[in-house]
Amino acid sequence: MKETKKLARTNRQKWMSVLAKADTELLNTLWCDLQDKPSWTNIRAPETGMVMVRGKAGGVGTNFNVGEMPLTRTTIRLDNGISGVAYVRGRSALKAEQSAVLDAMLQDDRYATATFTNIIKPLKNAIKKQKASASKKAAKTKVEFFTMARGK
Amino acid sequence: MYVAVKGGDAAIENSQTLLAEERRGDKRVPELTLDQIKNQLSLSVDRVMAEGSLYDRDLAALAIKQARGDIVEAIFLLRAYRTTLPRFGNTLPIDTAKMQIRRRISATFKDLPGGQILGPSFDYTHRLLDFSLVENSDSPVAEEASENILEEMPRVTELLNDEGLIEKEIDVNEHEPFDVTRNSLKFPASREARLQNLARGDEGFLLALAYSTQRGWGKTHPFAGEIRMGEVGVEIIPEELGFPIEVGEITVTECQMVNQFKGSATIPAQFTRGYGLTFGHNERKAMSMGILDRSLRSKELGEAVNAPAQDEEFVLSHSCNVEASGFVQHLKLPHYVDFQSELVTVRALRKASTLSEDNKDSTDSKNVEAAE
Repeated sequence: MKETKKLARTNRQKWMSVLAKADTELLNTLWCDLQDKPSWTNIRAPETGMVMVRGKAGGVGTNFNVGEMPLTRTTIRLDNGISGVAYVRGRSALKAEQSAVLDAMLQDDRYATATFTNIIKPLKNAIKKQKASASKKAAKTKVEFFTMARGK
Repeated sequence: MYVAVKGGDAAIENSQTLLAEERRGDKRVPELTLDQIKNQLSLSVDRVMAEGSLYDRDLAALAIKQARGDIVEAIFLLRAYRTTLPRFGNTLPIDTAKMQIRRRISATFKDLPGGQILGPSFDYTHRLLDFSLVENSDSPVAEEASENILEEMPRVTELLNDEGLIEKEIDVNEHEPFDVTRNSLKFPASREARLQNLARGDEGFLLALAYSTQRGWGKTHPFAGEIRMGEVGVEIIPEELGFPIEVGEITVTECQMVNQFKGSATIPAQFTRGYGLTFGHNERKAMSMGILDRSLRSKELGEAVNAPAQDEEFVLSHSCNVEASGFVQHLKLPHYVDFQSELVTVRALRKASTLSEDNKDSTDSKNVEAAE
C-alpha cells in the first residue's frame, strides 16, 4: 500500500467512500428496502483485521505510525461475473458484505441507476446533513478575542 | 527472580465472580449500556482508544465497562485484543489540513484565516459542580450558525512558514516508518519512533514530564501554535484495486507547539516545532506530546540535555502504562520462594556481623541474640 499522488476521484472511489462512511444501521435499512437484488457468491469471505493509521510529523513532515484501526474486507462476485470489493472501518461483516455487493451492483448496468438512487444518494445526503450540522454548530462557537492595552 | 506457584484455583474463580458482582454493583440500578458509555463517557473512550492504540469506540466502551471504569486496565484490555487481529497493511498518512474541524484555536495568532473555533471545550467553564446534572437533565441543543465553517483551514505553522520564521518539516519518506509494535526500541530513536511511542504513551506520564519542562527542567518555551480537533478521512490502497479508497473517518486531535530557538552556527534564530497527534478528542495529551516531541529534539538542535524530559531513553522507556502497571503490579503476585531466599541471606548477614561483633565485645553479642 504505497503512496500515490492525489488524482480526481473516480465515481467508484466516491461511492466506496460513501459506503464506508455510511451509518451501519441506515445502510442496513436501505439495503433491506432494496427490492431487486442479484445473487452473489463470496470470493473472499468477510475478514476483520487492522490497518496501521499513519500521520505526518507537523502534519506535513516525516510519516509515523499513530495507532491501529479495525477494518473489515470482503470480495464478492455477482451472478454475471462482476466483482465487488469492500474495505470498511470497523468489525461489521454485514456492512462489508452489503458494501461489496453494492459496489458490484453500481458497476452493473442492470442495477447501477436504481442502486445509486436508492442507496448512495440517501447515504450521501445523511452524511452531508450530519456534517453540515456539526460544521454550523462549530461555527456558532467562533470567537473574536480582543487584546487590550493596559495602563500607560 | 519469580518462581511460579500452583493451586488456588477455587479461590481465584470465586474472586473473579466477586469481581463480576462488584462490577455490576447494586442491581436495583440499571446496567450501563455500551451506547451510554460511548455517548456520555466519550472522553474516557477517546483516551482508551488512544493509549490502547486501537481506534474502535465499541471495543473501548466494552473495555471501560469490563474494567469497572479503570482506564489503565481498559487500555490493557484493548492492547491485548489488538494482538488477536491480523494486520492488513498501512493507511496513507492522514491529512489534518483537510480535517472537518469541530474545534480549532491558536494561542499565538488572534486573527487567523478560518477563525478561532472554540467547539466543545471545558476551557472557559468555571469548574463549579453543576448540580442540575444530579437528576437527568433536559439536554440543551447547540445552536447552528447560518454558514458552515471554512472547509479547509490553513495550519498556523504554515503561516509562519511563509515568512521563513519557523523550521521546515522535511518530508523524508524514503523508508517505511519504524514501528515500535514490531521492533524493540533502540537508542538513539528516530523522530517517527518517538512520535509513535508518545502517541500511545500514558497521558499522566506525558503531562507530568511536559509540565516539568515548563517549570525549568529542560526549558522548551512552548506556545500552543494551534490545536485542532475533528474528523479526517482514512485512505488505503488495496493491492487488488491499485487506487486509494476511503475506508472511513476517525476523530483526531492535533497540536502544533511553537518554540523559541536562538539559532546556532548554521541555523538562524527561528521557531522550532513540536507535534502532538492522538486518536479522539484528547487535548491534554496532544499538547503534552507536542511539548515532549520538542524537548526530545534537544540533542538534535544542539541544546544541553540535562533534564528527564530531554532524555529519550528515560521518556520512551517509561511511557507505556501497560508495561509500567504490569511491572509494578506483578509485585502483588506470590514471591514466596524469592523472599525466602532473601530472608536466608539477611539472616546470614546478620549472623556474620553478630559473630564479628562477638569477637570484639562478648557482652554486646548477648543483647543482639536476645533481640532476635
